Amino acid sequence: MMMRFFFAAFLALSLPAHAELPIQKVTSPGGITAWLIEDHEIPFTALEIRMRGGTSLDPVDQRGGVNLMTALLEEGAGDLDAQGFANARDSLAASFSFQAWDDSVSISAQFLTENRTEAMDLLHLALTQPRFDADAVERVRGQVLSNIRSDEKNPDSIAAKRFNMLAYGDHPYGRDGGGTEQSVASLSRADIQAAFENAITREHLYVAATGDISAADLGVLLDGLLGDLPAKGAPLPERAEWSLQGGETVVEFPGPQSVIHFGHQGIKRDDPEFFAAYILNEVLGGGRFSARLMTEVRDKRGLTYGIGTYLADKDHAEVLSGRFSSANATALEAVKIVRAEWARAANEGITAEELAKTKTYLTGSYPLRFSGNSQIARILVGMQMDGMPIDYATTRNAKIEAVTLEDVAKVAKRLLRPEDLHFVIVGQPEGAL
Amino acid sequence: MLRSLLLTLVLGAFPASSALADNVSTFTLENGLEAVVIEDHRAPVVTHMVWYKTGSADELPGKSGIAHFLEHLMFKGTDTMAPGEFSATVEAQGGNDNAFTSYDYTAYYQRVAADRLDLMMKMEADRMRGLLLSEQDVKTERAVIIEERAQRTDSDPGALFGEQRRAAQYLNHPYGTPVIGWKHEAEALTREDALAFYRTYYAPNNAVLIVAGDVTPDEVKAMAETHYGPVPPTPDLAPRLRTTEPPQLAERRLSMSDDRVAQPYMIRTYLAPERDSGTQEEAAALSVLAELLGGSGTTSVMAQALQFGEAPKAVYSSAFYSGMSLDATDFGVVAVPTPGTSLADLESAVDGVIAQFLKDGVDPDAFARIKRQLRADEIYARDNVEGLARTYGTALTTGLTVADVQAWPDILQAVTPEQVMEAAQKVFDRRNAVTGWLERHDDSQIEVAQ
Repeated sequence: MMMRFFFAAFLALSLPAHAELPIQKVTSPGGITAWLIEDHEIPFTALEIRMRGGTSLDPVDQRGGVNLMTALLEEGAGDLDAQGFANARDSLAASFSFQAWDDSVSISAQFLTENRTEAMDLLHLALTQPRFDADAVERVRGQVLSNIRSDEKNPDSIAAKRFNMLAYGDHPYGRDGGGTEQSVASLSRADIQAAFENAITREHLYVAATGDISAADLGVLLDGLLGDLPAKGAPLPERAEWSLQGGETVVEFPGPQSVIHFGHQGIKRDDPEFFAAYILNEVLGGGRFSARLMTEVRDKRGLTYGIGTYLADKDHAEVLSGRFSSANATALEAVKIVRAEWARAANEGITAEELAKTKTYLTGSYPLRFSGNSQIARILVGMQMDGMPIDYATTRNAKIEAVTLEDVAKVAKRLLRPEDLHFVIVGQPEGAL
Repeated sequence: MLRSLLLTLVLGAFPASSALADNVSTFTLENGLEAVVIEDHRAPVVTHMVWYKTGSADELPGKSGIAHFLEHLMFKGTDTMAPGEFSATVEAQGGNDNAFTSYDYTAYYQRVAADRLDLMMKMEADRMRGLLLSEQDVKTERAVIIEERAQRTDSDPGALFGEQRRAAQYLNHPYGTPVIGWKHEAEALTREDALAFYRTYYAPNNAVLIVAGDVTPDEVKAMAETHYGPVPPTPDLAPRLRTTEPPQLAERRLSMSDDRVAQPYMIRTYLAPERDSGTQEEAAALSVLAELLGGSGTTSVMAQALQFGEAPKAVYSSAFYSGMSLDATDFGVVAVPTPGTSLADLESAVDGVIAQFLKDGVDPDAFARIKRQLRADEIYARDNVEGLARTYGTALTTGLTVADVQAWPDILQAVTPEQVMEAAQKVFDRRNAVTGWLERHDDSQIEVAQ
């Protein structure tokens, strides 16, 4: 114990107070902005692109359209069919990844300096002239349907889907972004084309690059790659109303364990109390072994392999949610412990020692995130989507340090509401609460 | 902090061979601890790992899961650290720590600011010999690993099926036993089992230290001498000799069905040679073969034959091979049928693809493309210094050397189409194969453990 305090003191003297990142804001001749960190040590560039909207843009009767469309972007473009496109990409040794999320479409690319222009021409083709060939559509539709069927037998997917349905109702967040078997089966080529026009635009565009590229070269690249995308896409959805009450929902599912997703409403990223809430969540349910839920449910009682809670801020809703699994015989005991810990933190806040340790961990670990071109580019694009200023990384730790015990106690009372916690329990839990 | 008073001297670092990449260096302490330093000065971060050359395949019969259980228990304290204090101390430094167990190795790592390396070494050296375990901690943690098994394996028909297939693949070698342990054996593991395994295998002369990040070899060596240098070696450490496979004479076939299977599939694995120090050529040919046959969902031989065309039989197909293994590994193919395609039809289609490939040989364009990608992978791999650390750790605990790791890219580039075909002819021997069908619950044959 003594040793820990000794090292904490040592730490305060020598940890960098913040992450010094040489981020440049690059504006292309055509007016597209990006954040860049140049690092010429390894001859490749990591590029991260986000287009806000994502699967939430799907019309109700075309669920899964944006997801299927996004999966088809690398399945043929311009004069290249699916195999021609893959051959061209692989011959350049470039890697592209296209993914649809609730609030965005993400495009990640890694490409070598030696053939950067050719790699970007190819990516440009995918973003502007995807073919959506009938055979590719059917092949990828088959893969999407296979995934949907798998999710229907996966207790984690079942729990997440049920929780979202209960929480968000008719809002796009209340349905699975990948669609249902029926909706995906009925998507036409015209629907896919419409999803493309809705989602792949430069209306809400965010770009970050890290690696072996200069600001001037990046500017030229941005115009060539993204300059001729449509200026406007579909309107973003409205704010999601929260429609979930406290309680439990049991979904019968065979197996030795119950998988449990739980949560209630969260807090906005730009709320003045956000950092206090962030620290509170770390103490209560951070994935680390010292977090209260991990200590109580795993370490002291051996009821689970792992339990964690998360403050998730979507564009149109905020949630504080968590997840664990436990043997059917002990699942409800674990639920009771979670509720009790929720109430304890709401009533008593956290201790001075917990606050100090958590601050030390959060401020100490923050600079360690910025390692590797690909990871740094992902962080930089995320900061832009969250509306952070470009110097955020240098001010963030001071915001953590400024949080007081009273701040946490206050936000705990406001944020943690045990009576509003809802548990979706997928399994065969034994006994009663 | 260390329990032992035995003092040891330290050998000088190996002279840097011209074969070594300029950012990787090695040294060995007199007590036998091998060390690899991978420099990456782009960020002020370091990853510190200690790998033990012991894993689940080194367990005694009846004690399956003990290597992994011990890995969990290694966080339960020493005579200088309270239970949980190890991770708490790492967290107090803003770092993260964890551990993992496989068939051939058990590894512990921390990722911290580079100027915290000394403390990490001090703590890791302390628990190399100084573990203390209370009965209560052992009892609670045993419940945790049973929950882990329930989450990872018993709740997942694909994982349960994987265990059954692997048990059938290895007739005599311990790779047929799951790392996490058979449930009935894992439930019965004791404190004494864990300590016996610990005392046998946790020693500097059975460990590899990997330090990767913003450090210099000299400072790492000085710290290692201070902290690991005094840890006494196990003098009579037995060589890693495991039971070996007899000639496999009969193909094995398994089918399993389960209520929770959404998507049936067929999978076949063939017993295959692993990478061996100094002789990695056949493994390199098998690696290229896996890429050619099923590496890409669009352009590979399997994807083109099974997923494209008028009436595709598969929605997904792949071939896989990983040569880093102390003993014989496997080469596998897997395919997920399109709706309306039976697993029997799918399997004959897969067999047709393999037969046709053995007849047609290697497509030169595809071969050249894969070579280019493998070359580029080296560049991309440099971006992830933790990935490099894992590569070296895995290699050095599965019988390879630093020189073998560094020769591997060139060996891959030197593979010829003839070598690929020769390796294919040899590996596709049905007598060595296990073919598995995982099906929906139409005709149940194996009930899932509850």
